[in-house]
Parts: sequence; structure tokens; C-alpha cells
Amino acid sequence: MAQVIQDKIIDENLKWSQINQDVIRSMQAPGKAYWITFAVCVAMFLTAVAAEIYQYKVGMGAAGLNNPHMWDMYIATFVFWIGMSHAGTLLSAILHIIHAQWRKPIYRFAEAMTTFSLMTAGFFPMIHLGRVWNLYWVLPYVSDRGIWPNFRSPLVWDAFAISTYLSASALFLVIGMIPDLAILRDHTKGWRKKFYGILALGWRGDDRQWRNFRKTYMLMACFLIPLAISVHSIVSSDFAMSIMPGWHVTTFPPYFVAGALYSGCAAIMTLFICLRYFFHMEEYMTKNIMEKTTKLTFAIAMVWTYLNLIEFASTWYGHNIYDKEVLISKATGPYAVVFWTMIICGSVVPFTLCFQKLRRHMPTMFVVSLLLQLGMYVERWMIVAPTLSQAHQPHQWDVLWAPVVQWAIVFGSFGWFALLFLVFVKLFPSVSMYEVKELTFHLQHEAEEEKWLADQEKHATPEGAREKPVTGRPGLEGA
Amino acid sequence: MSKYRLLAMFDGFDPAIDTINAIKAEKLAGVSVDDITVMSPIEHPDIDEILGDRPVNIQKFTFLGALFGVTFGFFFLSSAQASFLVQPQGGKPVIPFPSNFVLMYEMLIFFGVWTTVFAFLWMSGLFRKRGTLYSEKLTVDQVGIVVEVEEHQLENTRAFFNDHNALEIREEKA
Repeated sequence: MAQVIQDKIIDENLKWSQINQDVIRSMQAPGKAYWITFAVCVAMFLTAVAAEIYQYKVGMGAAGLNNPHMWDMYIATFVFWIGMSHAGTLLSAILHIIHAQWRKPIYRFAEAMTTFSLMTAGFFPMIHLGRVWNLYWVLPYVSDRGIWPNFRSPLVWDAFAISTYLSASALFLVIGMIPDLAILRDHTKGWRKKFYGILALGWRGDDRQWRNFRKTYMLMACFLIPLAISVHSIVSSDFAMSIMPGWHVTTFPPYFVAGALYSGCAAIMTLFICLRYFFHMEEYMTKNIMEKTTKLTFAIAMVWTYLNLIEFASTWYGHNIYDKEVLISKATGPYAVVFWTMIICGSVVPFTLCFQKLRRHMPTMFVVSLLLQLGMYVERWMIVAPTLSQAHQPHQWDVLWAPVVQWAIVFGSFGWFALLFLVFVKLFPSVSMYEVKELTFHLQHEAEEEKWLADQEKHATPEGAREKPVTGRPGLEGA
Repeated sequence: MSKYRLLAMFDGFDPAIDTINAIKAEKLAGVSVDDITVMSPIEHPDIDEILGDRPVNIQKFTFLGALFGVTFGFFFLSSAQASFLVQPQGGKPVIPFPSNFVLMYEMLIFFGVWTTVFAFLWMSGLFRKRGTLYSEKLTVDQVGIVVEVEEHQLENTRAFFNDHNALEIREEKA
């Protein structure tokens, strides 16, 4: 029995009114810790703004970007944030399609994470561009400006893919929130009531709205999955379609997608623990859900490790001298510390997720999740920097450690992301109330059914003598 | 004769489903199951089953949107590329299909998603002006059944809902 209780995703006896109250409470007046964190994030963001203004005035030399290091932390950070965005798609869309019930209490903030990380990622190509004012050149409208966007370049594909992904994931987040916004409209006062009243779009929860809602959500999930994969494949093409040593690798698209899912899952673990403790969401963000998330993270970590090994092996046995030199240099050259940090954080640390005791120990999981993210960040940097340091022309070989301007902008991006997230959790429900209600309803009926079956066995009555209880199965979306 | 709309509130799905079954069994004169609207805090698949076939057509719009996206993508890109004729092509095609396929794929999804959303907003009647029959308890844990009846059936309908353990009955002129 104890095992059964331990295996429950959440307590099915949670009252629905309680669910509403708990989530609305988490959105009310922020405390001191919230404001301190908010101030730190604003400071980080302003530092980045100051650095960008300086870079804008002085030129890209301030960031140390020049031939051969035309890309560095900006592009690595861009890839990192794009990767982070895959968490929402994974948890929300993929797990929705396969009816994984445990995603329900935690998918909302993962979806928000997707949108915010894309909003953060979007800055980096602009920052990296140098001439920000010419950004519109990438837009492919029929022009007489004498500008010919190169449609064969994955950099142009990026503009299409990321804007599509941003708008689709933002819509996915907003549409999925409508029933919750109606709850907020009905149970808040003052400006919030008006605000949510507008956003709820007149939702009443009638059967017609629910039917259309489910179908829409399912269709959008079906679009988002291939979209997410295409986005990161295209980002990987930024590298793989060049002939630079270490980049021209056929496994890059799946490698990037696996890395994206991996860093996304790690970020979900971090935010899960933060929300659980700071917003007192212990009843919704349970240790069982954490366990499932960590198991998923471990599986993806192993896929990523495998793809890494494949890449190393194909480079090693491919006998392309330039590729091989870059690989050797990664492991033994000036960037070796970063390389081994990547290997340890990305491939060794995940083995802590094999132990149940550790998986259920939140402080350990918090540290592990940060280490995984560190591993995934440096992985992106290890893709960019070593290749540019040691390309085909030996006279160009160089080592670049990012100047302070780059660091300031990269740190600022974390501040910006956290800022968006902090605003989100106070304005919108970070736990999906209606889906948690569906989950409890489903679990209750499952428990009833189990009890009935146990009762049947105990009394061993003739078949058909007792009537089986009616079991509704909300949440098994039949769209 | 004027018409009235009644909203009966129930404590959960079980009494609401019983009531709908009774209406289906024609125990409430003048009201058929097709006239019922059910309002609930969550979606319940049994409700869909009982209410019968009420089709959802959003996927048709999605298909059309996606089709438009892929076609528009091709012509949009081609028209931009066609203006490149003044540029030396060096043997490369003016309209490169492989790379255009990637972008057409993105356009397919872009328009597919947006059309789905617009179809949802339209077909679920979200912006439609409706009566005032609503209760905030519907977003907590109660389930509501809305029926439209003639004035002379009002008493009967109220009694019917009361017999089926309705917690509260609200009404308005249709």
C-alpha cells in the first residue's frame, strides 16, 4: 500500500476548489525574496544593455570578434537558448500526444520557458550581427533594394524557422491557458478580473468549447513537434553546411536536437525545484513527477552521449587530418578544461540520476540540474570556438577567450530570461489548474476501479452479479 | 410565446450525466438531447458520448491553412528569387528547390498553426455575444446543464431539474 501511495503522481483527493486557491495564492503579492531576485535580474539585464551600447558604439572588436573568430559566445548562447526552448515542446506536445498524465502539473511553466527562451535567443543573431540596423535585410520580401538574401544559406532558414517557432509556441501557450484564464477571471478581483476577463476571450467551458479546444490543442501539438525538430536541425545546419573542420558532420542535426532536449529537461528540473520551494507547490510538483522528469533526462543524456561518441569515432576513423586535429586539440589543447567539463557534466554527472534516493533529494537534484546545464552550455561553446581557433589555415590559428563585453551580454540574457519568467509566474498560473483537476478526477476513478476489482476478487461473486462503476477518463484526450 | 433558458447546476459529473440520460429518455417534454449545452470545469469524454455526434471541423481549416502556407511559401520565395535575375547565377538555379522546400515546410507550419487558432476562436464561439446565464462555480467543481424551453414548460423543467438533485437553477429570457 505504501508503495502505491509513493507511486502516485499527485494526491487524487485534492479538492478542486483547493487547486484553484493554491494556484491563485502563488500569483498574489510577491515577497521580499521575489523582489530581490527581480532586482538582480534587472541589474543583469541592464549590464547587458550597457555592454551592447558600448559594442554598438565601438564595433564588434569590443567583443573580440574578428577573423577567424567571427562567432563566439553569442552564437553559442543563441544555440543554448534555442535548445532550452525544446523543453516546452517535449513536455507539452510530445507527452500530450502520448497521454503521459504526469506532465499535467508541470507543463505550463515548461511552455512558458519555451517562449521566453526563444525571445532571449532571438536577441543574439541581432547582437552578433554588428550592424543591427540592417537586420531587415534578412527578410525575403520582393525588393528593389539590390539586396539578394541567400536562400541557400541556413542563416536565412533560421529567420524563418525561429519566427515560426516563436509564434507557434506563444500561441500554444496562450491557447492552452484559456480555461485557466477563465478560472482567474471568475475568482480574482480588481484589475486582475478585468485583465483575465479580456484574455479569457469569453470562455465558459461549454461542451462545444471543450471539444474545439481539445482538437486545437492536439493539432498544435502535432505541428510543434516537427517544428521543434526542424528548428534545431536548421540551427545545426548553420554549422554542418559549412566545410569547417569539426562542423561538417552528418550527425549534427540529431546531435543538436538531443542536446536541446537535454538542456531543456535540465532547465525544467531547475525551475521545478524553484517553483516547488518558493511558491509552495509541493502538492503539485511532487517528488514522483520529479523522478519521472529525471528518468527522462537520463535517457536523453545517454542519447546525447552516444551521439557525441559517434561524432568522435567518425572523426577519428574518417582520417580527415583537419577534423582529427580539431578533435585532438579539443581534448588536449588550450580548451581542454572546457572540453572535459562538458564531458563530466554532460555524460558523467547524469549517472547520479540512476539512484532513486538522489532522484528524490531535491537539493542534490538542483545542483545536478545546474551542472547539466553548465555541461550543455559549454558543449555549445565547444562547437563554436575550437573549430574557429584551428581551421584550415595554420597562419590563422588563434585562441580566443571572450572579453568582458561578451560575458556581460551573455549574463544579461540569463537576467532577461529570469525576468520574463518572474513576471510570468505572478501574472499567469504556472500550474495548469484544469489539467490538474482532470488528473485528480482520472486518478480517483482509477482508484475506484481498482477498489472494485479488489472487492470482486475478495467476494468472488458470480460474473455480472455486481455492476462495474462508471469510470470517466478525462484527460485521455480523444481529439 | 417567449422562450427561456435555464441553467441547472449539479455537484459533479455523475448527477449531470444522469440528468442528461433522463432527457435522452424523453422524460422532459419538449427538450431533446440536441438542445442541451453542458458547461463544466474540465472536459469529460462521457459527456461527449452521451450528447452524441457533435462534429468538430477545425482540422479542415488546419489542412487548408497548411496547404495555403506551402503554396504561398513557394510563390513568395520564387517571386523574391525571380528578381535576382540581374545577378550572375554562376550556373546555379534561380529558384533553388531543395532550400525552398525547407522554407516552404516552415510556411506550412506557420499558416497551419495560425489557421487552426483562428478556426478555434471562430468555431468555439468564443467572441459570440451570449446571455448572462453563467456561474463562477462552473470553474470550480460544479457542472451546468443549459436548456431552452417555452414559457409554459418552465415549471415542469424546474421540477425536473429539482428531481435530479440540481443544486441551483438560474434562468433568463432567451
